[in-house]
Amino acid sequence: MKAVTGHRLFWPAAVLVVMLLANLVVTPGFFSIQVRNGHLYGSLIDILLLGSPLMLVALGMTVVIATGGIDLSVGAVVAISGALACYLISGQEDQGAVSGVLVAVALALVLSAVLGFWNGLFVARVGIQPIIATLILMVAGRGVAQLITSGKNINVNSPPYKLIGGGYWLTLPFAVIVVAVVVALTGLAVRRTALGMLLEAIGGNAEASRLVGIRSRRLIVLAYTFCGVCAGIAGLMISSNISTADGNNAGLWMELDAILAVVIGGTALTGGRFTLAGTVLGALVIQTLSTTIYTTGVPPQVTLVFKAVVVAIVCLIQSPAFRAKVFRRRARPAAPPPASPAAADVEVNA
Amino acid sequence: MTTLGMRGPVRIRREHAAVLVTFGLLVAMFAAGSIVYPGFGSGQVVVDLFIDNGFLLVIAIGMTFVILTGGIDLSVGAVAALSAMLCAFLLEQWHWPVAAVLPLVLLVGIGFGFGMGYVIHHFEIQPFIATLAGMFLARGLCFVISIDQISITNPFFTEWAQTRIPLGEETNLTPTVLIGLAVLAGAFWTLHYTRFGRAVYAIGGSAQSALLMGLPVARTRIGAYMVSGLCSSLGGLLFAFYTISASGLHEVGTELDAIAAVVIGGTLLTGGSGYVVGTALGVMLLGTIQTMLRFQGTLSSWWTRIAIGVLLLLFILLQRLLGSSRTRR
Repeated sequence: MKAVTGHRLFWPAAVLVVMLLANLVVTPGFFSIQVRNGHLYGSLIDILLLGSPLMLVALGMTVVIATGGIDLSVGAVVAISGALACYLISGQEDQGAVSGVLVAVALALVLSAVLGFWNGLFVARVGIQPIIATLILMVAGRGVAQLITSGKNINVNSPPYKLIGGGYWLTLPFAVIVVAVVVALTGLAVRRTALGMLLEAIGGNAEASRLVGIRSRRLIVLAYTFCGVCAGIAGLMISSNISTADGNNAGLWMELDAILAVVIGGTALTGGRFTLAGTVLGALVIQTLSTTIYTTGVPPQVTLVFKAVVVAIVCLIQSPAFRAKVFRRRARPAAPPPASPAAADVEVNA
Repeated sequence: MTTLGMRGPVRIRREHAAVLVTFGLLVAMFAAGSIVYPGFGSGQVVVDLFIDNGFLLVIAIGMTFVILTGGIDLSVGAVAALSAMLCAFLLEQWHWPVAAVLPLVLLVGIGFGFGMGYVIHHFEIQPFIATLAGMFLARGLCFVISIDQISITNPFFTEWAQTRIPLGEETNLTPTVLIGLAVLAGAFWTLHYTRFGRAVYAIGGSAQSALLMGLPVARTRIGAYMVSGLCSSLGGLLFAFYTISASGLHEVGTELDAIAAVVIGGTLLTGGSGYVVGTALGVMLLGTIQTMLRFQGTLSSWWTRIAIGVLLLLFILLQRLLGSSRTRR
């Protein structure tokens, strides 16, 4: 029992399962997945599809947070990337041309990478606190997105572009496949090479890791660039799904959701050890929560209250100080106070 | 590094230098505006800066307390919106007397601050996450109260909103300006002439040292969030006076403007260094940009955001420069 409950993915997974089961109770057909027109349909698929952009953004955020940083600008990058792609496509004579769409997508991703690179430079080279360095782009970025779209919503009618966020491939939503590929590649890169360990070393102590010979500045810039690209892809998905670039609302508050997903997944904001699987679970928890609220008919704006409650519960459970203070007091009459945090875990979960 | 004349007879402290630069830029922008746009350089425009940004001034002052302790408060905009919403609801739907509603609303703001401060200090949750949860909760509660906007028809509110205090021949003040200035004076006094204020600076410098010196770290840190909650709540009420309505969609993104104003005002986000007067100048600078864009007329609103971003960039680089010159000395 201890091996299961002590696992770092236990709590996010447990929360997700509980929420899915709660849905099953409310909506009996919640778990059913059907094949229609060669596509998979069902609430679970919907959660995966709608959660795709958040999973990507949170993935990039995890890498940045692992280095001890934070990227507040991802929401703005989401808006800029979608705005640029739609602006380029809407300017083409044949919006359905695959080559034109590819060029637009490539340029949007390059711009996203440049924006991430810019953040990285400020953090690693100029030495500004990450939260402030990325605040600049967070504030200015949405203005830039509106500059690209001239303050209007740009509608596009392009089947190839629609594929990215709303299309299907091999019976699965294309966006879900993209996320799976990016997660798998990132997982390989950080766990099958030394990259992940180096990132954790930087997050643990940037100065010490530089002294032992890790090129921490270069890796930090790389992390922010990767985060920018992830946000860029997410921006393409969101704008493609609704065939519209909305510079004002696309990716609004996404940085907060992404940071939440990372924290719910069990990666500490202080940097160091990180878990990609946890982040994916965290993103799914947030998306499931939103979907649940929609299906139960509560006004969507009220979702925020539930989100606050979930955040509070998950963060408090994961806080060693909270566990020590609340649970130790209660357990004292039965057993002597636990000497180590590990012992406290056993009592909590018993 | 002799860029700031630090070796001259008059030594300028780093914190002072940042505030002076903000002040200089504010004066320069205002002068430029007066030269380019007719009618810009009038007293009423200056007063309007306070009228239009009074709520932001109050909120940013609360934010300054939290940032000085080395924390951050993302919930300010949401708490302000919730306060306005609660006030409008109690006045319009339940017809409570104003004398009961206003204190209650301010207490709710303080309560929010206390809750977040308690969790941050005693359960060691990062300020960013704890206040984010507070932001979601407050914003969500706004919509629990009402999805739609509530107009305020209470005679006390409408009268206050129309009250003008003449100041000279063509210049008029609103009571909200006086409240904003009173809060500014109160915050200045609290930070520089009370034990609580000194402890706020001490904790921001180093919480560990402050604890070892025997300062009440827990009380001070939670207190800073309570001040921020109170200021947010008051800011929300001022905004309700200003618009005579309340909505869950009001003041979205105010936390960003408040943080920007604090940073532009020369306060370090790492805590321990900064002035509430700088924050006030930062708010005025943001307001001046908006006023200039309004006078310009052809530039679209999104240029405001870009301009604020560029200003942030400049000031952060400036702080970096000043900071490094200090360490090199």
